[in-house]
Amino acid sequence: MAESNVMVLGTWASPFVLRVKIALHLKSVNYENHEENLPESKSDLLLKSNPVYKKVPVLIHGHNPICESLIIVEYIDEVWTTSASSILPSDAYERAQSRFWAAYVEDKFFPALRRLLIGATEEDKKAALAEVVEGTVVLEGAFGELSKGKAFFGGDNIGFVDIALGSLLGWIEVIGKQCETKLVSEAKTPRLVQWADCFSAHEAVKDVLPEVDKLADFGLKLRAKILKALAPTN
Amino acid sequence: MGDEDVVLLDFWPSPFGMRVRIALAEKEIKYEYKEEDLRNKSDLLLKMNPIHKKIPVLIHNGKPVCESLIQVQYIDDIWPHKSPLLPTDPYQRAIAKFWGDFVDKKIYDLGRKVWTTKGEEQEAAKKEFIECLKLLEGELGNKAYFGGENLGYVDVVLVPFYSWFYAYEKCGNFSIETECPKLIAWAKRCMEKDSVSKSLPDQDKIYDFVLHLKKVFGIE
Repeated sequence: MAESNVMVLGTWASPFVLRVKIALHLKSVNYENHEENLPESKSDLLLKSNPVYKKVPVLIHGHNPICESLIIVEYIDEVWTTSASSILPSDAYERAQSRFWAAYVEDKFFPALRRLLIGATEEDKKAALAEVVEGTVVLEGAFGELSKGKAFFGGDNIGFVDIALGSLLGWIEVIGKQCETKLVSEAKTPRLVQWADCFSAHEAVKDVLPEVDKLADFGLKLRAKILKALAPTN
Repeated sequence: MGDEDVVLLDFWPSPFGMRVRIALAEKEIKYEYKEEDLRNKSDLLLKMNPIHKKIPVLIHNGKPVCESLIQVQYIDDIWPHKSPLLPTDPYQRAIAKFWGDFVDKKIYDLGRKVWTTKGEEQEAAKKEFIECLKLLEGELGNKAYFGGENLGYVDVVLVPFYSWFYAYEKCGNFSIETECPKLIAWAKRCMEKDSVSKSLPDQDKIYDFVLHLKKVFGIE
């Protein structure tokens, strides 16, 4: 049944927004996409819906705004339960494990990836690269543990950790190309390489992924902007 | 219910550990408390939390759960009938998780800046710290607790920092109560509950601990 009261405030390049869209697609929920023109301007709706952070994504369901991508994904999983698969496991311990690894992606892996994108000096980039590669190896281990031999972190179906990490794949590819390295390598992380292909090809994912070329272009501009803002003024 | 084997690896001044103590107390779960020496981490801690090597670690029937917000949600999931901490409505749950996440993102780091820095940096930290507490006061509104009539998830996540307030005030030379009287009233209300008062160390002890840390790290 088509939902006419679901809106996503987002930007096309944001991996966090992508998480929300993937979750909605998984649940076959129709939504209205509202593209924000960040950072140049923030719509009144965004400022009203997320007064604390003024960031995307925001999910607006009826009159209710929900903020923070992983919280939004959990909300989507709890509201739309008629779908065949759930995003979070039903077992409490497995749920805690999924949340742990999603938090790892959020709190450890993503910041290292970001530092690699905006690294100003060769030294910064080298340090960030080492952290990112170490992160992929840790996640390869996590995949072994959680997937139990199946295609996704969530097992047979895309789950919470798949969404948390999979949403970063476009940026991982772009940043890797920038550094002339494959960040998710066959040598160190063969299972993740396979998983990345499965994830990107999934029904609920393939049509929402941003184009890598567009992302690469955006990445260069973003890096330049950030470095300019951080540079000491003469 | 049969005998549950619950162990908590913790460190007495940790506000993250306090969250888990409160949650377990609210649920009336008996557990073994193990104090960790963070300069000499036990084999058990390193085995149970190899990724972060941090406390608190909740070990339930031999299986580890790490990260305090995740632990509190896990405790609520496993023992849902006594003192439910998260609401049942998905939107209310999302709001509670949002504010729990806000506390996690802001309060610890800002508080730390207040007691470790001086001058302009400290003033900026104090200002932002108070702004965050005021936002939380706004969310509390006229409710007795963030959870409504009973202690809820956000209460459990935030109240441990109350034990650090005296230390922040002394180091930062300011009064949190003057700026945020409603929040202090809320904290005192929480402290009337055994589950909270027995889980939080004395404010003086935390201040002594902070003074000790300042000496060790050579912070003025």
